[in-house]
Amino acid sequence: MTDTSLAPASSTPGSRSRSLLELDPHTKKRNAAEARFRVYGIVAIGIGLFFLVALLYSILSNGLTAFYQTSVTLEVPLVQTEIDAAEKSVVKTSKYRDMIAAVLVQKMEQAGVATSMKSKELLQILSAGAPGTLRDHVLSHPEQIGTTATFDFLASSRVDGYLKGRVTRAALAEDKNLSAAHLDIIDQLVEKGIVEKGFNWNFIFGSDASDSRPEQAGIGVSMIGSLFMMLVVLVLSLPIGVAASIYLEEFAPKNRWTDLIEVNISNLAAVPSIVFGILGLSAFIQFAHLPQSAPLVGGLVLTLMTLPTIIISTRASLKSVPPSIRDAALGIGASKMQSVFHHVLPLAMPGILTGTIIGLAQALGETAPLLLIGMVGFIASEFPDGVFDGFLAPNSAMPAQIYEWAKRADPAFYERAWGGIIILLVFLMIMNIVAIILRRRFERRW
Amino acid sequence: MSSFSGLARATDPIDQNKATAMENVKIAAEKVQVFYGETHAIKDVSIDIRARTVTAFIGPSGCGKSTFLRCLNRMNDTIDICRVEGRIAIDNEDIYDPKVDPVQLRAKVGMVFQKPNPFPKSIYDNIAYGPRIHGLVRRKSELDDIVASSLQKAGLWEEVKDRLDSPGTGLSGGQQQRLCIARAIAVSPEVILMDEPCSALDPIATAKVEELIDELRENYTIVIVTHSMQQAARVSQRTAFFHLGNLVEVGDTQDIFTNPVDKRTQDYITGRFG
Repeated sequence: MTDTSLAPASSTPGSRSRSLLELDPHTKKRNAAEARFRVYGIVAIGIGLFFLVALLYSILSNGLTAFYQTSVTLEVPLVQTEIDAAEKSVVKTSKYRDMIAAVLVQKMEQAGVATSMKSKELLQILSAGAPGTLRDHVLSHPEQIGTTATFDFLASSRVDGYLKGRVTRAALAEDKNLSAAHLDIIDQLVEKGIVEKGFNWNFIFGSDASDSRPEQAGIGVSMIGSLFMMLVVLVLSLPIGVAASIYLEEFAPKNRWTDLIEVNISNLAAVPSIVFGILGLSAFIQFAHLPQSAPLVGGLVLTLMTLPTIIISTRASLKSVPPSIRDAALGIGASKMQSVFHHVLPLAMPGILTGTIIGLAQALGETAPLLLIGMVGFIASEFPDGVFDGFLAPNSAMPAQIYEWAKRADPAFYERAWGGIIILLVFLMIMNIVAIILRRRFERRW
Repeated sequence: MSSFSGLARATDPIDQNKATAMENVKIAAEKVQVFYGETHAIKDVSIDIRARTVTAFIGPSGCGKSTFLRCLNRMNDTIDICRVEGRIAIDNEDIYDPKVDPVQLRAKVGMVFQKPNPFPKSIYDNIAYGPRIHGLVRRKSELDDIVASSLQKAGLWEEVKDRLDSPGTGLSGGQQQRLCIARAIAVSPEVILMDEPCSALDPIATAKVEELIDELRENYTIVIVTHSMQQAARVSQRTAFFHLGNLVEVGDTQDIFTNPVDKRTQDYITGRFG
């Protein structure tokens, strides 16, 4: 009974031919699903782009000001007797400060800027480091004594902040360091061209400064620290990583031991970097007695961190070389090693280089392990003397320097932290571009 | 080389056909077993392959003909789980003897693969690679000679002589395969193994490669695995039929195709399976 009633119904879909001009419900559903998926994709990419733009905007708007710094141009006569007197006093820079104050007062009079302020109070528009700058110049250029030298003294961070729009008159009401009266003077000095904003080379090439003079702080020395660390990482992790990958991928027998090693390497790549930091502290500093805060130790720790990344990417690129190339080499009597080094490795080179540079870029931006080996607490104030010192003398690294600045209270340091991030990002971008160029070059040579 | 000239002398006399055939054996396999892990891929295969003859291995997919071919130059060594038992001798020397270095063996027994696999280097470097790693040449001019003569023997010289520096991967499929044959010839092997060398080629390229195989027979012992029975009939003098890891039948190509002894061979060549 049921059979006969079902028979015509089941035979209809097969026998009736539908028009291609109208969509059947199933196709409509599929098309709708596809359209929805595309919308999701576009939304996802849109969100990503939005955050990227927001990030770039906030970094640039906060950080670009760090690349400009306000300075006061003064011509200081270097008189022998005054300098001798200054060098004899206990606090040497105090006499130099007086010399600068005299010049500043004189200059203001010449320019017709009237003030009732005492010279000591007036000097607050200059950086606390100005007398030191003058003294260093005198000591390093004794032949200029007796002449008049022109200096661009840094303005204090608050004056700088005022000209950059960070410091307002209202905010100065509670500030002991600067008053609204100072700002009136500044306005006039800017008009006369005595106070100017210029490109802040000192930020790129200088060293960190103490809490009270953010206007002097620069990232140069920690950049050198990062450079030496990256040298250590590159020299150690590239050969070790590539050798390990080639052995594991091409020569090692596939058994339980190599499986275990493989799993462990993958796990190491996911270990939080601070764990590598504490490992470095106990192994390199407490056990091997390498110096604290040294870029060599930082480099060793970052090598440990970078190795898994390099090994994984190298193995992946070795795997992606078609086995027919290995067969071809073996088939005409090349040894295993010849087939790997003459044919497989050159083909895997773009992938290996990309992986290495990505690993290096990761290491360059790593802060946490440096905390534990003391590269954050100590910030070097001078460039290392020579290569040996570069590896062993205490230093910091760019991300650690940024971290240090971000911690400090003065908003002038905060601005420098953002500026440091811009420099760090520029380095990362350069490394990525190098990776792309290398990949292109090696690929073209197939 | 002494064995080579010995063979040349042995083939010359015409009086004793049987004795000639006996001495003419280049590769002798006895009771060869191959295991892939637990799988018994080749079962008890014994076969004599004659010198300066094209021997074709035919059979349905998965019958073990490629596996057996790869035993002849120990390419199976590269597969960890593969195990070979029995004896395979080339010129009466057991190639699985512990003293034999597979690298040296593969210089004597060249191989051409199913898919053309030129190195991603220039045409010149493709051919020159083998002679270089084996230290066959002292001077650049000698290398030039080897490259030219190998390409000539492979019938590719006229097509590529003006662009030896261009990449080997830029040639057409058929040219690439002939380049691979030239590359194999360049190290002066005595045996050339070909694993379905025409399966990725169009009919015209196939015809050229087959013609080449026929010419190479004068100087080399050739073993070719093929899916196509027509190809086996066209290029080979001897044919071996494999089925499920067994060597079912081996004989002169003409006999196998016109007058097969085994029922399975008959079924296969008449298209009843495979």
